[in-house]
Amino acid sequence: MSKSYFDETHCAFGHPKSTFMQWMLTVDHKRIGIMYAVVMFTFFFVAVAAALTMRFELFAPGQQFIDAHTFNQAFTLHGVIMVFLFIIPGIPAVFGNIVMPLMIGAKDVSFPRLNWFTFWLYIIGCIVALSSLFNFNIADGKLVFNFADTGWTFYAPYSLNTDTNVVTALVAAFILGMASILTGLNFLVTIHRLRAPGMDFFKMPLFVWGIYATAWIQLLATPVVGITLILALLEKYFGIGIFDPSKGGDPVLFQHLFWIYSHPAVYLMILPAFGIMSEIIPAFSRREIFGYHTIALSSASIAGVGYLVWGHHLFTSGMSDTAKTIFSFLTFFVAIPTGVKFYDWVATMYKGKIVLATPMLWALGTMITFAIGGLSGVTIAMIGADIHLQDTYYTIAHFHYAMLGGVVFLFFAGIHYWFPLVFGKMYNETRAKLAFYILFIGFNLLWFPMFIAGYYGMPRRYFDYLPEFQIYHQISFWGAIIFVSGLIFMFYTLIQGIRKGKPCGVNPWNATTLEWHLPSSPPPLENHTKVPYVDFRPYEYYHGQPVVKFDENMKRID
Amino acid sequence: MAHDSHEYIPEIAVDRNGNEHVVQGWQGDNYGGKLGFWLFMLTEVMMFGAMFMVLTYYFTLHHADFIKASSELDRTLGGINTVVLLISALTMGLGLLKMRSGDVKGAKLMIWATMLLAVIFLGVKALEWTNDYKEGIFLGLQGLQSGNEFSKPFGEILFFGMYFTMTGLHGFHIIIGIGLMLWLLKRINSGKVTPEHNILHFNIALYWDLVHLIWVFVFPYFYMTGAGAIHG
Ligand code: HEM
Ligand SMILES: [Cu+2]
Repeated sequence: MSKSYFDETHCAFGHPKSTFMQWMLTVDHKRIGIMYAVVMFTFFFVAVAAALTMRFELFAPGQQFIDAHTFNQAFTLHGVIMVFLFIIPGIPAVFGNIVMPLMIGAKDVSFPRLNWFTFWLYIIGCIVALSSLFNFNIADGKLVFNFADTGWTFYAPYSLNTDTNVVTALVAAFILGMASILTGLNFLVTIHRLRAPGMDFFKMPLFVWGIYATAWIQLLATPVVGITLILALLEKYFGIGIFDPSKGGDPVLFQHLFWIYSHPAVYLMILPAFGIMSEIIPAFSRREIFGYHTIALSSASIAGVGYLVWGHHLFTSGMSDTAKTIFSFLTFFVAIPTGVKFYDWVATMYKGKIVLATPMLWALGTMITFAIGGLSGVTIAMIGADIHLQDTYYTIAHFHYAMLGGVVFLFFAGIHYWFPLVFGKMYNETRAKLAFYILFIGFNLLWFPMFIAGYYGMPRRYFDYLPEFQIYHQISFWGAIIFVSGLIFMFYTLIQGIRKGKPCGVNPWNATTLEWHLPSSPPPLENHTKVPYVDFRPYEYYHGQPVVKFDENMKRID
Repeated sequence: MAHDSHEYIPEIAVDRNGNEHVVQGWQGDNYGGKLGFWLFMLTEVMMFGAMFMVLTYYFTLHHADFIKASSELDRTLGGINTVVLLISALTMGLGLLKMRSGDVKGAKLMIWATMLLAVIFLGVKALEWTNDYKEGIFLGLQGLQSGNEFSKPFGEILFFGMYFTMTGLHGFHIIIGIGLMLWLLKRINSGKVTPEHNILHFNIALYWDLVHLIWVFVFPYFYMTGAGAIHG
């Protein structure tokens, strides 16, 4: 059998013999992607544990298991991990690394060493974040849980005054931001420089378009939040008074600077996810994607307009009415390119030969959950409605539908789609589908009631509530239990797939894009042994069969 | 396996008509290296841009305080530094030209000259900060904290706070620049950077230009807004 990237690798320096060191020093984009996935999902489960703790606490009004202060730390921990450690590196760090170079016929990213460095920067960020969990009390030698209690948004002035470990959390977010910038930079250059001959921008697979638009956001928006966090740190130590009103500063300025990044950041999360959707839908409808250009350009315009809408997080901050109206209008506007994508996906499936394999199930499920997440977002883009709904569970339900039911679900879709590519094996599809149904039902039970509770006024970030909200929280609790069981089952199935799955060949899904035309499965170290000349569109099907075929030298033979 | 970028032979892709096309690899991709560094410069611009925005915002709120605070800065030292940095940009650029024309020795000389100017810049900066410190103007000193008897007005605290933050961050970039130049010299000496393969030299020159460009904005913003104001 031919050697795969699991058997040999290039290292950042030296030629270590041990497998372990070969992984630690590897510059291979596929291995780095896998390492990101392992670390990210480990943290994901930590954050899920924090969420479950909150759900237990919220089972009944009053105090059950944790006190109010710990609850504040729990949602901060949950939010910080989910956002900064998990979903911002997210799909780009994993599939941007593993799949994007394969899709454009590159041997690696443009700066493989920088990629290695970026991964370790990410790890350093994670370690700093972990170090902010506890304070070591020298007097009695005890570890005291002292994570920040500010919420993941670190709003001033509270974040400047609390004695919890905000400083380390801010530093961690800064370092993770740097890693994100460098990832974006690497991908931008890769996409500009390393496309196979003949592949112009409009012959790229749509996932690459998603990564491309994302990379621009990573590059241009992240520095703003980075410097904001630094200013907050300086303010905390030296009392400059940039954000603290008692010192003459303006707390709303912090909110502006924070959301100038953090709103585009949600597109940074969703655009690659949409990219995954645009890969899966044509592959399992056996039809060329409908409206390729509109999907590609809508990614770009979402990234562009997405810059100008941050003010919708500030409707209750006392911002001027003119500004509110403009931000509200622009926010509605972003819904248009998103809607375009949805119609394109649906139109692709129309008259297609739909194959309900696991990735397709995930994609279809997400069309429902993300539609709810996206449309509920439009409702809170209305200024009047938002005055009532801001900081209620309605908003929380909205973004969990968008983030969990959109990004994470599509991430799972991508995992099931590219699993055979990465490992050369197939998981047990029956079980994987069952896991999907459990997760889908659990998710809706978990979050839908929160729309209603929030609509009736259940505020977010509260550890206690009025008795009338109990029924919603209890349904939500059972939803969480089902959801987490589904998660465990899904990961169990995947791990079994890695260990015992059957070899599946290079193109088990009959897909058309270049990553499915590798010489062997799993791929060899330097990807395609021969790079094809790309004079075809990415998703050409004819009567349900891929049009473009290659011989072993990657010359077209159709 | 070809590890060394110099041995790298690009691959050829053949289209259906039998035409050959060179496949761009990541190895030895000078254009890609430049592109990457330009993008990195863009992030720096965004970072400093955000700080300038904060500054502008507060300038509109505390006009008089800003002008007064600015008038207390030392325009002579700041001016000297501006000139020093300007000349260093020249030497850096000349160094790159010399490298390209094959004069490696001259290029090294110019890099040393740039480093010397950078050190002078830092020295002047240190002197300036020390003087400020003696006058009670420094991050963390009582004058720059609100709510005590020495407190300056809000606007001035903000002005000086941003002044130290931004010139500090700029100074940090100078220090990094010196480090980069030392590394560059090492690479030149070991023959990794040559008149033909000067991408590293190019990028560091680009970096130095940006550092210099930022100063071109920092200087008028902090030092000149209060020029001509009556000392009080
Ligand atoms: C396992 C599924 C999840 C459960 C059960 C869950 C549950 C919760 C709960 C109970 C809260 C607290 C709401 C409040 O009291 O205000 C919360 C907040 C939050 N969640 Fe999740 N969540 C899950 C997944 C996710 C994911 C995948 C993300 C990814 C982005 C995420 C991001 C957040 C954020 C940003 C907050 C706000 C934290 C804050 O208020 O600072 N969650 N979640
Ligand atoms: Cu937003």
